[in-house]
Amino acid sequence: MAEPEVSSAASAGGWRLRNAFGGVLCAFTLLLIGVLAFSIRLFSVIKYESVIHEFDPYFNFRVTQFLSKNGIYEFWNWFDDRTWYPLGRVIGGTVYPGLTLTAGTIWWLLNSLNIPLSVETVCVFTAPIFSANASWATYLLTKEAKGTGAGLMAAAILAMVPSYISRSVAGSYDNEAVAIFALIFTFYLYVKTLNTGSLFYATLNALSYFYMVCSWGGYTFIINLIPMHVLLCIVTGRYSSRLYIAYAPLVILGTLLAALVPVVGFNAVMTSEHFASFLVFIILHVVALVYYIKGLLTPRLFKVAMTFVITVGLTYASKYIPIIASVSEHQPPTWPSYFMDINVLAFLIPAGIISCFLPLSDASSFMVLYLVTAVYFSGVMVRLMLVLAPAACILSGIALSAAFDVLTRSIKFQLSKLFDDSPAASGDSSPESSSAGTVNTNSTKSESRTEKSETAPKEKPSKKNRKKEKEVAESVPVRPKKEKRLLVLPFELSVMGILLLIVLGGFYVVHCVWAAAEAYSAPSIVLTSRNRDGLHVFDDFREAYGWLSHNTDVDDKVASWWDYGYQTTAMANRTVIVDNNTWNNTHIATVGTAMSSPEKAAWEIFNSLDVKYVLVVFGGLVGYPSDDINKFLWMVRIGGGVFPHIKEADYLRDGNYRVDAQATPTMLNCLMYKLCYYRFVETDGKGYDRVRGYEIGKKHFKLTHFEEVFTTHHWMVRIYKLKPQKNRVRGKLKKLKSNSKTSSTLAAGQKKNPWQ
Amino acid sequence: MPSATSDARVLIQSLSRAYAATPTNLKIIDLYVVFAVATALVQVAYMGLVGTFPFNSFLSGVLSCIGTAVLAVCLRIQVNKDNKEFKDLPPERAFADFVLCNLVLHLVIMNFLG
Repeated sequence: MAEPEVSSAASAGGWRLRNAFGGVLCAFTLLLIGVLAFSIRLFSVIKYESVIHEFDPYFNFRVTQFLSKNGIYEFWNWFDDRTWYPLGRVIGGTVYPGLTLTAGTIWWLLNSLNIPLSVETVCVFTAPIFSANASWATYLLTKEAKGTGAGLMAAAILAMVPSYISRSVAGSYDNEAVAIFALIFTFYLYVKTLNTGSLFYATLNALSYFYMVCSWGGYTFIINLIPMHVLLCIVTGRYSSRLYIAYAPLVILGTLLAALVPVVGFNAVMTSEHFASFLVFIILHVVALVYYIKGLLTPRLFKVAMTFVITVGLTYASKYIPIIASVSEHQPPTWPSYFMDINVLAFLIPAGIISCFLPLSDASSFMVLYLVTAVYFSGVMVRLMLVLAPAACILSGIALSAAFDVLTRSIKFQLSKLFDDSPAASGDSSPESSSAGTVNTNSTKSESRTEKSETAPKEKPSKKNRKKEKEVAESVPVRPKKEKRLLVLPFELSVMGILLLIVLGGFYVVHCVWAAAEAYSAPSIVLTSRNRDGLHVFDDFREAYGWLSHNTDVDDKVASWWDYGYQTTAMANRTVIVDNNTWNNTHIATVGTAMSSPEKAAWEIFNSLDVKYVLVVFGGLVGYPSDDINKFLWMVRIGGGVFPHIKEADYLRDGNYRVDAQATPTMLNCLMYKLCYYRFVETDGKGYDRVRGYEIGKKHFKLTHFEEVFTTHHWMVRIYKLKPQKNRVRGKLKKLKSNSKTSSTLAAGQKKNPWQ
Repeated sequence: MPSATSDARVLIQSLSRAYAATPTNLKIIDLYVVFAVATALVQVAYMGLVGTFPFNSFLSGVLSCIGTAVLAVCLRIQVNKDNKEFKDLPPERAFADFVLCNLVLHLVIMNFLG
């Protein structure tokens, strides 16, 4: 009797030591995962420079600059008059402030500690920092669902998944960089509240949801997924008081906090996206009341009460059914994009789903529901693959961790059988934990066998966190027989299985690094190409914006297509007519009409908007395919949608847009053609357009109402100035006669050009 | 018909008998919940009379009543000795959580009141 007690005390002490060591190892692994997540996103900084990418991040950067210069009250009430001239834009009420406030706070904190980082540096590196935070949040979330092993695995996978990297490289200063961290952290706090039933975590959950609402329009995913999960729990009979504590305060506090953000405002109670949460709130209260009364009454009386209520209540229930509208504006993704973005995880997910069901808890049912809805939404809109990424990583982490669990358990068992000749009967034969799905550290298993040998961790790759114990070939008492039959595979099979899983992980890592380095690190404001002499850099955009900021007046207005609006206001600091916010279709159509009209009509339109300079992007000399000529069909369509005198058929020859000799006269006379191809024939004598692949139609022409003021080195950006109106108008009498002619032809039913 | 009314009477009697057996502190919390919900209903009726103009004030008023009612129900769940899930939770901790959550709620309300 004494011997088992002494050995159990020794094993308890040894168990505590092993637990502490496991904790330190876990923390160290988490630190390494954070460093990994940060550094894999730095490729663009190394290959190009520390610059902000794309278009939308420039707007966020400009807003952050304003915040850092003028303080938060000015930012909250900011009316921007340098964009959408002459309408302006209310920045304070139309922007999600989370990202800019976060970066602004970091900048202010660092500067108050006398670390003089510029705003641009903070903005560029915000995304990698928050992706490290997101992987730690994934660890916490998966730990709540399935345990530490699965948590570490999921965190390591999320640090590298290409889908998340694509929207959070260093320089991609966009809402998703912060929002994904907020999403995972909110889910973690919800699951933690569900598991513990503590009101403190419910409060934290609501605050984290507030941060998510501040950051991204995708917060509606949270406020619909959580009610769905609550409904699922109620329907499957898993209602408990912890569910009430997890959900009800979140709805009230969350709605209030969401209404605090100006962008959301009263939409928090009036749009259909939030109705699901209110409906489930009511359903939850009904269910809670039912359970309470069930506890008070005897079963017979409870049946009586139910029949009463149902006959009376059914008449009211059928009237209010909320409609959750799902709008799909973007393209649905293709199968290759799934493999590109989540790679190996695509076939680990089903294994993870199965593992979640053994055993099914509230938290693991939440994971499965999150994955299913995320897969549905990502199938609708390719941009929402980003929301799928955390779910995929969590479930793959659970699957891999469970697989490693089985394989290492088999190895240990086979090894112990190998080293032990006779099944020595030992005093303690406590049965192993019977639940196959728990992934705790080895402590619980080692409790069942007393070991005299020192535990030494084996060498292993950093992905695995569980310690394996090497058994010394001395007399090691082993459990005589297992009480419950756990899965044990043959020795060679387990070793092969572990090796193959490691190779699979290796493929995943290689793919992720390649995707981060090659596919998702282009800043798109600086382009590169390789030729025989090495790397050739095209920095035309910044060249053009620099010219604008140095050679024009501060109040000059620049007109271009809306793609370049944010960059022009941020880098050139000039007022633009339309920008990427695209909130006013008529204004964009005005610019589109001007680009599609002949020179004189275009001049009239631009003059009415006080425009001084016109900017076009042209890729024909170097072969840059996303230039304005390729976007021209949208200008015609949008312009024609609002101003019917622009007819798309006028620009098409046999259903195609052409700019060569076969092009229609309307096409050859429109402003976009002239501004792009003015003097283009001087470059090679023939006017061969590298993007379209043929020679242009009209080669030699002069501009009457515009003059060219700047063309960048590779002819990628061309800037023109509106010529001032002539002092004397010759042929005034001719003009009067032509006016009377146009008024008579109007009776024939022609469409009237509103600018003439 | 007579069975229905007699059933209803038996039902109500047993309900009131069972409810009378609950401890006093829980009954106080229940009274508070009823008071909060009644206040919310009064506000809704007032809104029906005068219209919704400062909508944020209406929202914050109603949601503060409902919010504090919900939090009181959570407190009741955690303090109730019949709840096996929460038998390790000291009632002081439950009350402290309740106070904290109410603080956050009312901070938000005062900001939103306008």
